[in-house]
Amino acid sequence: MDLIGALLTQGLQMALVLVAAPLLTGFVRKVKARLQRRRGPSILQPYRDLFRLLRKEVVLADNASWLFRVTPYLIFAVTWVAAALVPTFASGLMFSWTADLIAIIALLGSARFFLALAGLDVGTSFGGIGSSREVMIASLAEPAMLLIVFTLALVAGSTQLSTVAEFMASPEVGLRVSVGLAMIALIMVAIAENGRIPVDNPATHLELTMVHEAMVLEYSGRHLAMIELAGSMKLLLYLSLLACLFLPWGLAAADMGLGGHAVGLASYLGKLGGGAIALAVFEMVVAKMRVFRVSEFLSAALMLGLLATLLLFLSRSL
Amino acid sequence: MSPMTVAMSCVAALLAVAVLAVAIAPRPGASKAVYGASLIASSIAGALALIHLAGGTPATVTLPLGLPWLGAHFRLDALAALFLFVVNLGAASASLYAFGYGAHEPAPGRVLPFFPAFLAGMNLVVLADDAFTFLLCWEFMSLVSWALVMAHHRVEANVRAGYVYLVMASFGTLALLLAFGLLAGPDGTYAFADLRGGVRTPLVNTLVLTLVLIGAGSKAGLVPLHVWLPLAHPAAPSHVSALMSGVMTKVAVYGFVRVAFDLLGGTDWWQSMIVLFIGGITAVLGVLYALMQHDLKRLLAYHTVENIGIIYIGLGLALAFQANGMNAAAALALTAALFHVFNHSLFKSLLFFGAGAVLTATGQRDMERLGGLIGRMPYTSFAFLVGCVAISALPPLNGFASEWLTFQAILQSPDLPQWGLKFMVPAVGGLLALSAALAAACFVKAFGITFLGRPRSEAAGAAAEVDRFSLAAMFGLAGLCLLAGILPGIVIDALAPVTDLLVGERMPAQTDIAWLSIVPIAEARSSYNGLLVFVFVAFSASFAAYIIHRFASHAVRRAPAWDCGFPAPGAPIQYRAQYTAGSFAQPIRRVFGTLVFHARERVEMPPPGDLGPARLHVELRDLVWDALYSPLAGIVNASAERLNHFQFLTIRRYLGLVFLVLVGLLLVLAIWI
Repeated sequence: MDLIGALLTQGLQMALVLVAAPLLTGFVRKVKARLQRRRGPSILQPYRDLFRLLRKEVVLADNASWLFRVTPYLIFAVTWVAAALVPTFASGLMFSWTADLIAIIALLGSARFFLALAGLDVGTSFGGIGSSREVMIASLAEPAMLLIVFTLALVAGSTQLSTVAEFMASPEVGLRVSVGLAMIALIMVAIAENGRIPVDNPATHLELTMVHEAMVLEYSGRHLAMIELAGSMKLLLYLSLLACLFLPWGLAAADMGLGGHAVGLASYLGKLGGGAIALAVFEMVVAKMRVFRVSEFLSAALMLGLLATLLLFLSRSL
Repeated sequence: MSPMTVAMSCVAALLAVAVLAVAIAPRPGASKAVYGASLIASSIAGALALIHLAGGTPATVTLPLGLPWLGAHFRLDALAALFLFVVNLGAASASLYAFGYGAHEPAPGRVLPFFPAFLAGMNLVVLADDAFTFLLCWEFMSLVSWALVMAHHRVEANVRAGYVYLVMASFGTLALLLAFGLLAGPDGTYAFADLRGGVRTPLVNTLVLTLVLIGAGSKAGLVPLHVWLPLAHPAAPSHVSALMSGVMTKVAVYGFVRVAFDLLGGTDWWQSMIVLFIGGITAVLGVLYALMQHDLKRLLAYHTVENIGIIYIGLGLALAFQANGMNAAAALALTAALFHVFNHSLFKSLLFFGAGAVLTATGQRDMERLGGLIGRMPYTSFAFLVGCVAISALPPLNGFASEWLTFQAILQSPDLPQWGLKFMVPAVGGLLALSAALAAACFVKAFGITFLGRPRSEAAGAAAEVDRFSLAAMFGLAGLCLLAGILPGIVIDALAPVTDLLVGERMPAQTDIAWLSIVPIAEARSSYNGLLVFVFVAFSASFAAYIIHRFASHAVRRAPAWDCGFPAPGAPIQYRAQYTAGSFAQPIRRVFGTLVFHARERVEMPPPGDLGPARLHVELRDLVWDALYSPLAGIVNASAERLNHFQFLTIRRYLGLVFLVLVGLLLVLAIWI
């Protein structure tokens, strides 16, 4: 019975991240549009875009290699696996022991590695500029993320995400300086990793400012659909991560019944909605920064992460 | 036959092949004969090492060579068996690779005799069990590898590389000589068995550790002793580069481990801090230097520096834990370091083989003149890609497994009592994370510029796939990278006898854990399952591809890429207008370069109306070279200049000098005694 329940939770979770991801993107766009006093497209528009892309033919550059064609599926798969390992509405995931938080970060690193390679595959300058900026951003965002993981792992005594989430929900956590610093750093990293304003603008196609969009400029049809879907899932993943680490209330534990899981699901959707509104408002009030200011922004995240880890090395109770 | 007899016979066979090769080198079939014999001998030795590692008792043999009252001691224990396996795995794959690659060698007489001798030298260093034999074999290994670096001695850069290497290698051996002299003490007992139990003052221990760090570290490539490595490793033929980078640096690590853990039996906590600090700096500087290179083989050589840094971080952590009696954590850190030793020998050899294949196919090492090879060399590029993913520490390949263990070891360290370590370890953890992220950037560049895009030169456009032996060697190593990545538990268990020997503790057995996960301490703390991650990713990707091709469009149209207004396809200028290695690294150069390299960029624009090209000049300085080596070389040169006139004295003056020195020495003796 336990096994079936765990399998069910895991399966539901995988389906949920897949289905909810475009909705989240659509919701963020809608809120932004309303804040700009536009009506904006329906929040279902990302689904329509995906289905339209899936029906279209793929236009490949003459010299595009097999790597270019395999990458979208690989990125989709890696992001999906990573997203399925982050607790959304319930912490008792069946396969949570497969990969801890460090491995989840590294999985997202794999996705980026292949996307950056795909950007270089055709040999146009846009792909190159996107890839080279993306790896520069990643070279600071990833260590910052790992230091945040160190902080959380030292607080909770584990790098297993489920265990950390359960610990964060327990009253033992209390108020800690280190966790506060880690939260700020994680928000900064999440903004950079998802290519949101002020680091990158997901809506731009101006060559001086593109990062992510420049990398995927050569993609079309079903390939582009896979990449867009993976991008939405990544945003969902980071919001779920923030929710389960810093707002763990309502998260259903493995032994809770159906009611507990229903509460978990409702509170999770509430948290996602709140996160999406916060993101949209934040994107409205800040301006995009120059590419080389990004390194300062991320260095700040790195330093916050280092400071949080150092504090915990000095005293476990900080 | 006893294991020692087999091991020594393999070494003797390699030396015999080396001698034979001098005679037969000019003949047409010589290359295949020599590499074939090397392949057989190193396969046997490797299999022996593996069997011994799985469950053997230490075996010894003493040969009547070397110092008459000492003899030459050789011993095969768990540590020696591990490194013997690493050496011979690399040696066997390099021999297999060279079976095909060796045919392109313009001067086989300069490579064939030294190659088996180099293999024999590395085997002997690992097996040596007394200080005299160890140093003799170490120097033999250095000199033979120097000869291989100088194989193409008409290239001017190689001559400089050979010179710098020779100076640094001699300096390293000198440091080791002094270290063993201090270890042996005034009694002069040189057998390792006697050195192990020796009672020494803390000062002597510190000096020995410093000297070994310098001696073995200069061979391994620790910053700031790394300067010879990126010059010498690429200068040799590619299969030798693979051996020097993938294997010889590991022999140097072996030297450090043997002395620091086995002979000294651990260090004080503050000494481990030095090792940690140097390891962290080495890791980050190594990868930053690598990112700035556009010579493929030099990029790989610099990247070896980074990996050596990661290994030394693991070793430093193990020393710190051991000094505080936390032996379980020390076993974890040491396992991580040794796992990375094994992993790096796999993927660095693989990558150098790939670089050699590119060199064979195009005659180019300069990435700015490569590109688009993925279409022309599909197999090579696939194997190279596997190596790139593995070295970038991305799951599910092996590089990630060992770095993951290192991170787990770092997370054990808040329990360390000393404040110095409490500050040092998180900082080093940050440096390790930084170097891991930069490594991924570095290999996006290495693979992307070399194999993707469009050809940047005619040679790259006309490349063809290499021979099947080279491919077999590359795919064998790529397969091992995957296996060690998805089944890390087996490797960890194989390392258990070594950690047992060195820190008296082993990690919990991994192979009987359900689903082949690895669990360093307890499942509630951390676990990782490479196999399932691999299966999940493979399954989801195939599932997505199947669903889409079944239910959505699978039409494909090929069309020319939009060329931003540049001339029509086919015009050579279009191919040069791609992103280059230099432009790819430019953002990172701007972020880190001003601090680390004093990078300066200058743009020369033609005046308005002039149709001449604009030029971008980039100036990078190697601060280590400027701050340390240039002054040192200056002092040496100046004093040589001063001493030069001693060369032109008359015979009377020479005799007078001899007399004066004699009197001086006698005086010293008279006063001292």
